[in-house]
Amino acid sequence: MATTTPTRGVQGPRPGRRAPKPMTPGRQAWRSRLWRFDDKASPYAYIAPFFLVFGAFGLYPLIYTGWIALHRVEMTSLDQMEWVGWGNFSTILQDSEFWTAVTNTFVIGVISTVPQLMIALGLAHLLNYKLRASTFWRTVILTPYATSVASAALVFALVFRADGGLLNWVLGFFGAGETNWANGHWSSNIAIAVIVIWRWTGYNTLIYLAAMQAVPSDLYEAASLDGASRWQQFRNVTIPALRPTILFTIVISTIGSMQLFGEPLLLEGGQVGARGGTEHQYETLSIYLYNYGWNLGHLGPAAAVAWAMLVLLLLIAAINWLVGRFMRKTAA
Amino acid sequence: MTTTSPITAPDHRRVSKAAVGDEPPRRRRFKPGAGRQHHAGPFAYFALVVVGLGSIFPLYWTLVAASRTQDEVLDTTPPLIPGGNLFNNLEAAWEQANLGKAIVNTVIVSSSITVATLFFCTLAGYAFAKMRFKGRGALMTAVIATLTIPPQLSVVPLFMMMSDIGWGGQLESVIFPTLVSAFGVFFMRQYLLEALPYELIEAGRMDGANNLRIVWSIVLPVARPAMMVLGMLTFVQSWNDFFWPYLALNQQNPTLQVALGQLSASYVPDQSIVMAGALISTLPLLVVFVIFGKQIVGGIMSGAVKG
Repeated sequence: MATTTPTRGVQGPRPGRRAPKPMTPGRQAWRSRLWRFDDKASPYAYIAPFFLVFGAFGLYPLIYTGWIALHRVEMTSLDQMEWVGWGNFSTILQDSEFWTAVTNTFVIGVISTVPQLMIALGLAHLLNYKLRASTFWRTVILTPYATSVASAALVFALVFRADGGLLNWVLGFFGAGETNWANGHWSSNIAIAVIVIWRWTGYNTLIYLAAMQAVPSDLYEAASLDGASRWQQFRNVTIPALRPTILFTIVISTIGSMQLFGEPLLLEGGQVGARGGTEHQYETLSIYLYNYGWNLGHLGPAAAVAWAMLVLLLLIAAINWLVGRFMRKTAA
Repeated sequence: MTTTSPITAPDHRRVSKAAVGDEPPRRRRFKPGAGRQHHAGPFAYFALVVVGLGSIFPLYWTLVAASRTQDEVLDTTPPLIPGGNLFNNLEAAWEQANLGKAIVNTVIVSSSITVATLFFCTLAGYAFAKMRFKGRGALMTAVIATLTIPPQLSVVPLFMMMSDIGWGGQLESVIFPTLVSAFGVFFMRQYLLEALPYELIEAGRMDGANNLRIVWSIVLPVARPAMMVLGMLTFVQSWNDFFWPYLALNQQNPTLQVALGQLSASYVPDQSIVMAGALISTLPLLVVFVIFGKQIVGGIMSGAVKG
């Protein structure tokens, strides 16, 4: 552990420490032991708060969820747990509503993530040019990020409203009839995806922009010396250099779309929103979990849904990893 | 990153440029760099204006709807400029949704989370960046791994725990689970890796400062710019947090977002009043954003790239 090279780490005996008092040998040993303890223990003390909080409010509940999922627990009597084994899991797996929620979560995830990241990539490319008032544009694009889920969902609820909605009014100029956006399976999923895209595109744009600015100039110069057009430079220099960042945003967006709750809840609001639509046409897994636990008051099945979400996440992670590996192989 | 060369010379540092640039075989001029050295054309500005308007319009329309009556908002030809009903709606929203208490609660929750996050994340970030201890790499990986766990996976037992401790429906139940953030630890570590030279710490040790003293007199001053950014990001996030607060709190003791959700869930809500509530909950953050937008943008961009 202890090194005396000043440039490596910050521990070990410091040869030139000024002593405030004349040192007796015994005193010195005691002092340096104190120092060594300070050096050994301090880093652990500094990182302890994170692990304590995460352990108490993250990891422990995560494991405990699995235990609750094997019991009957009612909202009305939280302290009574009755063992039901796999009952909750078979209940939700046989519930067609659960599979609707899985499908919706997946569909909304795809139709919100893919366009969002593509728009973000294009925008980042534009922002990477020399611009007048570049900071202004970046700030404007990021504004939706500062808007809460609730506010955003409620404004867009008015945009997508069937009677007197803004979108239907605009589409009316093109001769389209009144669409009841929230009623259709696809149209409601698109509406929710639009809210997600609106809120997160700017954020992802800035992440891409930062990555683009880190690409060394000489790569572009070499490419243009070889006669690559702007588009070819974008295709063959920018995109490969951004690959890790793109993977990162895909992971973040995927985890985010697993969590969709506020958008579907407030698209129509009230009891309809809490069911994810009259026909559950835009019910997501989070809504399903909320409905079971907080509307119907059955926490056992709600915990089982949470574990089902964990399994889905692991599946998605595995697919992501395989795709990434495949892409690396084909690139090589 | 951008060079300060005049428009006519995209890049004057390369000798080879002259050799190639003098004999254009095709009509295309020599163009190094996709972007960066180049000025945006009219198309880029047009696209940015469109996207900018799309980003701002929903917020503008929140104001329009909040200042009208419901009948006007839901008219077949919706209004596009604000009306004169704003204060009636604000008053109605204030009464219906318990907004006074909600604002106080939100300020308490966001401030305490922000202060705690800054303190703990700076300490942990410093330890991970500049101190060597057994298991450092593995523990940092563990911190980053926690980012991938959605809150949905733990809300059921969390709810039971909170009512067990007696925090059911209390602000503590929203504050404590988010006292330290993995993102914050990572963010501070990335910053301190670059910004804090070992020599500075060594100098402190030479003067006989113990570890805490070094944190106080050396690390904190160096970390201040990053703490500003992390503070703003944390504040925005905790202000807007919806899922867990919505499950944990109730109408008697809500945060702004919870109050807003409840307001829209009321029986046949008046849309213009709901929008007034949305305006109140968004406005403070927008003000923060207008003032500190530049720093927030810089913070997201600096946190994005691995140092």
